[in-house]
Amino acid sequence: MKFGVVVFPGSNCEDDTVFAFRHNLGQEIVKLWHKDHDLQGCDFVILPGGFSYGDYLRSGAIARFSPIMNEVIAHANKGGYVMGICNGFQILAEAGLVPGALLRNIERKYICSNIYLKPQSSSTLLTAGLEDRAYKIPIAHGDGRYFADEDTLKQINDNDQVLFRYCDESGVICPEANHNGSIENIAGVTNAGKNVFGMMPHPERASDEALGNIDGRFILEQVIQVLA
Amino acid sequence: MLKQNPPYREWGLILMKFLASIDVMPIKEILDPQGKAVLLGLKNLDIQGFGDCRIGKHINMEIEAADKATAESIVEDACKKLLANLIMEEYTFELTAI
Repeated sequence: MKFGVVVFPGSNCEDDTVFAFRHNLGQEIVKLWHKDHDLQGCDFVILPGGFSYGDYLRSGAIARFSPIMNEVIAHANKGGYVMGICNGFQILAEAGLVPGALLRNIERKYICSNIYLKPQSSSTLLTAGLEDRAYKIPIAHGDGRYFADEDTLKQINDNDQVLFRYCDESGVICPEANHNGSIENIAGVTNAGKNVFGMMPHPERASDEALGNIDGRFILEQVIQVLA
Repeated sequence: MLKQNPPYREWGLILMKFLASIDVMPIKEILDPQGKAVLLGLKNLDIQGFGDCRIGKHINMEIEAADKATAESIVEDACKKLLANLIMEEYTFELTAI
């Protein structure tokens, strides 16, 4: 199993992602430059957090047309695994690889804090093996308010495509825990094929004991336990 | 890929130049917190009478094309593929010859 993390101009979580996969999870991981057209044989591609292209126009809108995205989209369409974290999720949404869009946070503020997530889908690689509890994961975003129209929302709910919802410390999914105002507290979704994952929170920033929280590692480990 | 403007210059044709005035607005189903904040600010200034307020983007771009219809189809394409995200935004534009 080989992992690859795409580096766009303005990405800033690629090193955190490499550290989490290489040191915390013991996996082979390489960086992929956005101008290349080669996934270097990676089985699992990660689009990291950051501010690709300065978030100009809309978050992820320009990165979505980076050269390597042709290969990433082809990989996803063939059933290959792709995961987008934070800005990576925004890029996936702009590329149409996951349903919905990410809007400006409801209170208009950039939010950087630890929040709690409740795993939802019982049929995806990323969430099926997680415990039914609140996972403490950091968020750091200004445009994280998940939106999907009524039909799309029904479809992703019916098809078990919601990965995570924001919840409180005890695992209750309530309006108070919905910091960015996402529709139905949605923090992450997958595509219909369940091979593309997008989430706003940063599991890679909660993967090392030195940081005092390894809930993120439990999430990333799912991928390895099933695929390795 | 965006539609290419054919190589009119090489063919020796004279191109027309237009200013595309493009508005991109959040769709009505979406709550616009920026608009709400501006309304609140106006209220605090005691400037009265405003109702619903929505904030979007205005983009001015120059475009060269053989005629207005061609320019329109290129701008339309640019709006659909990049300038607006049709899940959350809608667009309108006007072309003026310059």
